[in-house]
Amino acid sequence: MLNSRAARRQFTNQFILILSTLAAVLGIIMLVWILGDVAWRGFSAMNWDFFTKLPVPPGEKGGGLANAIVGTLLMTVTAALMAVPIGVMAGTYLAEFGKHNLFGRMVRSLSDILVSAPSIVVGVFVYLVMVKTMGHFSGWSGAVSLAILMLPVVIRTTEEMLRLVPDEMREAALALGAPYWKMMLQVVFRAAKNGMITGIMLSVARVAGETAPLLFTAMNSPYWMESMNEPMANLTVTLFNYAMSPYADWQQLAWGAAFLITISVLFVTITTRLLLVGRSKH
Amino acid sequence: MTQTNTQNPEVKIAVRNLNFFYDDKQALFDNTLDIIANKVTSFIGPSGCGKSTHIRCYNRMFSLYKGHRGEGEILFDGENILDPKIPELELRHRVGMIFQKATPFPMTVYENIAYGLKLHNKYPQSELDDRVEKALRDGALWDEVKDSLRKPGTALSGGQQQRLCIARAIAVQPEVILMDEPCSALDPIATAKIEELIDELKKKFTIVIVTHSMQQAARASDFTAYFYLGKLIEYGETQSIFTSPQNKETEDYITGRFG
Amino acid sequence: MPAASTSKSGFSADQLFRLLTSAFAAFIAVLFIVMLAVLWHQSQPSIDKFGFSFLISSDWNPVTDQYGALIAIIGTLLTTFVAMFIALPVSLGIALFLAEIAPYWMRGPVGTAIELLAAIPSIVYGMWGLFVIVPIMASSVEPWLYHHLGFLPLFSTPPIGIGILTAGLVLALMIIPFIASITRDVFLMCPQNLKESAYGLGATNWEVVKDVMIPYGIKGIAGAVFLGLGRALGETMAVTFVIGNAYHLSWSLLAPGNSIASTLANEFTEADGELYTSSLIELGLVLFLITFIVLSLAEIWLHSGNKKRGI
Repeated sequence: MLNSRAARRQFTNQFILILSTLAAVLGIIMLVWILGDVAWRGFSAMNWDFFTKLPVPPGEKGGGLANAIVGTLLMTVTAALMAVPIGVMAGTYLAEFGKHNLFGRMVRSLSDILVSAPSIVVGVFVYLVMVKTMGHFSGWSGAVSLAILMLPVVIRTTEEMLRLVPDEMREAALALGAPYWKMMLQVVFRAAKNGMITGIMLSVARVAGETAPLLFTAMNSPYWMESMNEPMANLTVTLFNYAMSPYADWQQLAWGAAFLITISVLFVTITTRLLLVGRSKH
Repeated sequence: MTQTNTQNPEVKIAVRNLNFFYDDKQALFDNTLDIIANKVTSFIGPSGCGKSTHIRCYNRMFSLYKGHRGEGEILFDGENILDPKIPELELRHRVGMIFQKATPFPMTVYENIAYGLKLHNKYPQSELDDRVEKALRDGALWDEVKDSLRKPGTALSGGQQQRLCIARAIAVQPEVILMDEPCSALDPIATAKIEELIDELKKKFTIVIVTHSMQQAARASDFTAYFYLGKLIEYGETQSIFTSPQNKETEDYITGRFG
Repeated sequence: MPAASTSKSGFSADQLFRLLTSAFAAFIAVLFIVMLAVLWHQSQPSIDKFGFSFLISSDWNPVTDQYGALIAIIGTLLTTFVAMFIALPVSLGIALFLAEIAPYWMRGPVGTAIELLAAIPSIVYGMWGLFVIVPIMASSVEPWLYHHLGFLPLFSTPPIGIGILTAGLVLALMIIPFIASITRDVFLMCPQNLKESAYGLGATNWEVVKDVMIPYGIKGIAGAVFLGLGRALGETMAVTFVIGNAYHLSWSLLAPGNSIASTLANEFTEADGELYTSSLIELGLVLFLITFIVLSLAEIWLHSGNKKRGI
């Protein structure tokens, strides 16, 4: 029953299917390979000192990245505190008032573009407006760069999550005589809360692993910070400096930092995804 | 209780003890019937009664999905098409299918028709043009689209899209055409056109149509099968099913006392 | 959407609410414009001095205070090109596998794994590239290319491990999961009916993908590719580790080079002198504009078609 044409089509089909399967297998191998390497080499750098001690000069034994861990946490949290209120408000505008008008479309497109804008250029920008005018690198400027990177993601997530709330729910609240802003705060935000938190957590995870925008803003420091107003140690720039250094001890610490960043980011990503899936099973 | 029509010698598809499973859940129970060549057979019954599941066995569409399996025999000109040895490509070449929602491919009107043809054979351009035109004429669509063959298929109206899909199916000259509620998304005028078309098409093809509309079954088909809960309750000539149903359940359904 | 309430008590508060949200929405537009303006303004010394020749000169020399962006621009484009060359077929393959081929039990976990790969910070890719990929490239892949294909200008310089090819490869690894997961989502959005119609005509899996699913989702896929392209162009850390940071013009992919982002990462904090700094800022401006154009195209594609975007 199989003529030669059908046989040839079947053959092409099998061939492509195999290639595609190979591509996927390759992808999985890379994942296991990268994660395996990072875990294997990074885990051995983990010890009590890693979390509690300051870095030491090359050649000396021991030392840790306590200040960098705290610095990354501080700057990420500060960035979120700046970006989330602005982003949620702007996202609310897009979802509620700017669905179809020109301004709304423009803001939406700009946000989409800024989501993927080169982060190093954001670093240059913040350097010019903050570091240069203040005269020194600072944790604040690092946090601002991260906030700029977070902002568009928060805006778009907020918009998408608010749009998922059915219009009927808005109408029902308005029909009860609630003013629009009360309806938003008391009904729509509450309905969209989980999705928004998920999106915000994912954006936090994303900026926590950013390096380029910190290079010229927070820079780095081997010391404990006294305030956010001075150069601030952080995991990613430390990783960069240490990995590029010729010292085995430092490279070892760099693997440790890579491990810590990776599992933190993956942990946040996986947990929030699980929450998201648990919430809306389709 | 099943009945088999044995008077007519021209049996196109003979279904014998067809059982169908979605994983462990059985959806069809011992369906046995004969589909007569060059006639229109309609399957009626309440939603979820297994009529769609049944016709999706005729072109083995279920094999796309995990855990879907059919047992028993479906003899297509004497050959059991449930046998995995029968190649699907060939089978689906011989058995066309129309869906509830019109499914124009993301291509032009012309390419939609030419697509199926080019899958199975290589034609010179002029012959391809002829075949496309013929299929569109047979699909009662040619006069409406002959000036817009290069427009996307999705630009047609709902009824035209459905006739485009019929034309696409008949272009490859199948022997049997399966229609799964082809008119349920259409308005009465578009529906009437398709029913007219079906009447025309049965000269060349054997047609099996699943429908929700009893009037449609009565108007358009020669034979009618009533399904309920995966069982074939009654099967026979449309006229006798609608005027003198043998089975109480069938009678309740067609008189609207149920469903 | 119901219009804002006009009851007497709620009127002013609602107006305020709307005003407030639009002010914050305007913030992002203002931010964007300010960014462009600041970069433009601070590039002035370099723009005044070099003018258009900044873009076509390959002379980047802090000692003589001569700056031309050509090498960095070519490095950026070449690494991106190599990355897309590798990433496109592989991502499509993965997406196809996840949407159509894989056994059902595998689709969820493997899909998630690919998405997780997209979440790993780029600096981890860069570091891993430096310590794991570079030695492999130096010891086996590049020597092979050099010896067998060395007659091509593309592979005509001695293999040293770091360089454009390695940077492109690491970039590819970074964007593959990104493009693959968006493309898979696009494939999954193709209506089942449409696919069944094609199968119903007797099409094979590949024919259904090629003739129905890809045309159906072409805009979404193009959007995904452009987004991946935008990321690759602007990526810093995955490239800086392995590109070699060298300033000489070569068509060989095995030679070390520089990209705009890696130049900035390496030199910005050390730049002394107004002209040097402002040339670096102009580089940043160029990068910003290139990615802006690419991402705008992505935006246009995505918005004129089916959309689904990974976060």
